[in-house]
Amino acid sequence: MKKVDKHHGVVMPLDRHNVDTDAIIPKQFLKSIKRSGFGRNLFDEWRYHDHGEPGMDHSTRKRNMDFILNHPRYQDASILLGRHNFGCGSSREHAVWALMDHGFRVVIAPSFADIFFNNAQKNGLLTIVLDEDIIEQLFTEVVENPGYRILVDLPAQHIALPNRHTISFDIDPFHKDRHIRGLDDIGLTLEHADEIRDFEEKRRQTAPWLFNNQH
Amino acid sequence: MSSKTLYDKLWNSHLVRQDEAGTALIYIDRHLVHEVTSPQAFEGLRLAGRTPWRTDSILAVPDHNVPTTDRTLGISDPISRLQVETLDQNCAELGITEFLMNDPRQGIVHVVGPEQGATLPGMTVVCGDSHTSTHGAFGALAFGIGTSDVEHVLATQCLILKKSRNLEIRVDGQLAAGVSAKDVVLAIIGKIGTAGGSGCAIEFSGTALQAMTMEGRMTVCNMAIEAGARSGMVAVDDTTISYLDGRPYAPQGQHWDRAVASWKQLHSDADAAFDHSVILDAGRILPQVTWGTSPEMVTAIDGVVPDPDHETDSVKREGMRNALAYMGLKPGTPITEIRPDHVFIGSCTNARIEDLRAAAAAIRGRTVAAGIKQVLVVPGSGLVKRQAEAEGLDKVFRDAGFDWREPGCSMCLAMNADRLAPGDRCASTSNRNFEGRQGQGGRTHLVSPAMAAAAAVTGHFTDVRHQQD
Repeated sequence: MKKVDKHHGVVMPLDRHNVDTDAIIPKQFLKSIKRSGFGRNLFDEWRYHDHGEPGMDHSTRKRNMDFILNHPRYQDASILLGRHNFGCGSSREHAVWALMDHGFRVVIAPSFADIFFNNAQKNGLLTIVLDEDIIEQLFTEVVENPGYRILVDLPAQHIALPNRHTISFDIDPFHKDRHIRGLDDIGLTLEHADEIRDFEEKRRQTAPWLFNNQH
Repeated sequence: MSSKTLYDKLWNSHLVRQDEAGTALIYIDRHLVHEVTSPQAFEGLRLAGRTPWRTDSILAVPDHNVPTTDRTLGISDPISRLQVETLDQNCAELGITEFLMNDPRQGIVHVVGPEQGATLPGMTVVCGDSHTSTHGAFGALAFGIGTSDVEHVLATQCLILKKSRNLEIRVDGQLAAGVSAKDVVLAIIGKIGTAGGSGCAIEFSGTALQAMTMEGRMTVCNMAIEAGARSGMVAVDDTTISYLDGRPYAPQGQHWDRAVASWKQLHSDADAAFDHSVILDAGRILPQVTWGTSPEMVTAIDGVVPDPDHETDSVKREGMRNALAYMGLKPGTPITEIRPDHVFIGSCTNARIEDLRAAAAAIRGRTVAAGIKQVLVVPGSGLVKRQAEAEGLDKVFRDAGFDWREPGCSMCLAMNADRLAPGDRCASTSNRNFEGRQGQGGRTHLVSPAMAAAAAVTGHFTDVRHQQD
């Protein structure tokens, strides 16, 4: 997984509550059997005027210039500023892959849906939860200042604003460590393989019917 | 020992280890797999030179991409076909049990698991699909996971988790005739919002839940995720146990007796403490209809489309305006004057036999109303389809002018050929009314099976309580 340590980037505001994973990456693109290539279809239905399908030449499609992702000033954005319950809906990890494939490394919001949040941790997409009033202040500053960039410093657990103010944030120590070191979960878990086997053996004794798959 | 909630008991009985910060390793008993969220997980496993930890815990079935029309022709969309074939190959290669597309047991993974008895009380059940919460109806801890976690469970039989908070949602009293489990869960979401259960495991309880069949409980737990909770659950009782008796994957003989004895412990202790509680009066719940693009944008059949100008929160107000523009609705319009042109009866929420019976009963000898272009009835599994046909329900639907199809996810998320065109308005028994969910530009109103069928034959949303005489 991708490491995140310090990240300095342009912020793109997405001023909607409950941005769902169907909107982040519509279902027709979930038919891929790969993890890459979803970026061009990030927010497909908001981003283009026509209906997108896999295999199309997306570069020639008519873009919806009212949608913020298409605004010239956010072309290099790598930090997404969102609202309440970001990433709700389907469990599709493709939503995280699409955001990252497009170039986003950090999403900041007042709250995230649980499955999306969890998927983000597995892929090195840093999700930061901030209070609603701080989010509101960031929305105002981003909109008023073209090229608005912030520095996200994960080891220090703070965000440095252009005016040099810093905002600290909380993060689960386990997630923080994994992001900084780019660790693979499976490898970590398999360090406890003996404990898993012991647990399984006890379970086989107490609930043998769980180990009797009929065919 | 102190008193425990059902969720506490399920958590504790699957805890392999836990560190000081509360990060836990939780053992997974049942892993359900479908074609959309698994290919990258199998690929990752292979690239790392790993093999599945316990193949007998896995049951696979293709559902999202499969056609609901004649299957002898195969899947015409090459991209959908590749995804289903990739699942078939992965399962064959690794010795994983899969119900292939043409197997009579094939269907929506969340219908198939319980129907086979592959979902049992006291289990942890995961699947790369957010509606895995459905299986919590059996007193199981069940939740959806992303593809990286699918790979993690394949490789280790465990998940890395933090414990959620306990949320009790109690619905006491008796539901009016014509009011169903779907109306109950939509009313719950209307009350607590789509993030109301974030970070929580929900236990649905109360006399209304106790009176529900397993099908009804599954409908309620299915939409826990629409209230923001990854898992929803209901305590085990005699209804649970008699549903499972004799199912192919359920224990038999002396294992059955031992299992039943242990399942009877699967309820919250009388004085168990919940972090939050929400209480609803079943008698006050009316048939529900969503009017917007989030399941929390819901009202009762006797209501009207709300006016954004009356909303004080500016972001919410803007959200309502966007939703009404997308849905093509004006504030103040009575719900009963909204006229769908499509009806979809199906999905992991409402495609079980009881749902089809309720839909058939609501038709009452009438036929599709003028202005309705298509009514799809998509059973949840091949076995549900067979049962419905044995009861003559297919004939009731066909005589009414409905399309009777093969099982799968179908127009719930429109990954196969079943989808709305821009501007189409659909009365749907599915679970999400997000923009574009049923096809780009499609407008979804979530309702119960009886409400969907009644809309199909009357041409507008109709209060099914008035049909019960």
